[in-house]
Amino acid sequence: MARVVVDVMLKPEILDPQGQAVANALPRLGVVDVASVRIGKRIEIEFEGAADLERAREIADKLLANPVIEDFTMRIEERPKVEEQ
Amino acid sequence: MTARIGVVTFPGSLDDRDAARAVHLAGAAAIPLWHADAELYGVDAVILPGGFSYGDYLRAGAIARFSAVMESIVRAAGDGLPVLGICNGFQVLCEAHLLPGALTRNQHLHFRNRDQGLRIENNATAWTVGYSPRQEIVIPVKNGEGCYMADARTLDELEAEGRVVARYIRGNPNGSLHDIAAISNAAGNVVGIMPHPEHAVEVLTGPSIDGLSIFTSVLAHLGARV
Repeated sequence: MARVVVDVMLKPEILDPQGQAVANALPRLGVVDVASVRIGKRIEIEFEGAADLERAREIADKLLANPVIEDFTMRIEERPKVEEQ
Repeated sequence: MTARIGVVTFPGSLDDRDAARAVHLAGAAAIPLWHADAELYGVDAVILPGGFSYGDYLRAGAIARFSAVMESIVRAAGDGLPVLGICNGFQVLCEAHLLPGALTRNQHLHFRNRDQGLRIENNATAWTVGYSPRQEIVIPVKNGEGCYMADARTLDELEAEGRVVARYIRGNPNGSLHDIAAISNAAGNVVGIMPHPEHAVEVLTGPSIDGLSIFTSVLAHLGARV
């Protein structure tokens, strides 16, 4: 199994009210040096065989992200070998 | 012959029954359509109702776009079938690229539920011919993701071509650009509206009966075309 991770973010010019709400809450934690917070989605796609970046790109482009308001980036995630106990 | 207006039910649709009732009150037959059934049963027009199709998972309307019935609707809309998307239905129409732009989280993050003033800006579409020019109406708005967004070029195009069908007046409930409450495609047969005309068709339950003209409009449109 191979995993492709897709990160979907609102385009920089699109207002992110959720991120703003989080940023506005930070002073209550005593944090006053954060300029901005943006919230996106992380999607993990597990392929049965090898990671297929082209297929993942198609999935991201057609379904995971709406190109009108969002951008996405993808990467293959190498998983650390788990030692048998 | 009585016109047949299809009302689609997706998993998570809420307002399909109200939309069917509005169709009935307007004098047409409401034909239930099912998301997993590509058959449109020869309907004369289609309504995509409000609600939370597929739980609004991923993005509102994003998964509904790939349902079997939507493939048929996209094809038929290209041939001129009148299609109305209300609230979640508007979101589905944008996701399906039948309408430009996108609907995003309300700017103030609150779900907004109230009676809302609108001005009909274009009474030449299939769904608004029954209104007088610049008529002001009051119908309920209830959405969490109703903030209409599009790039400047798309907005200029919509404005220049008269495709802003209705605008919020006396307060914008969600932060929509240009106070946009409803838009149409270039041909005027596909309209998306964020507030709910189907909740304003009877004195008993609505703030007005201003919404009824949406449903009688399409009947007038269909009648004129025959």
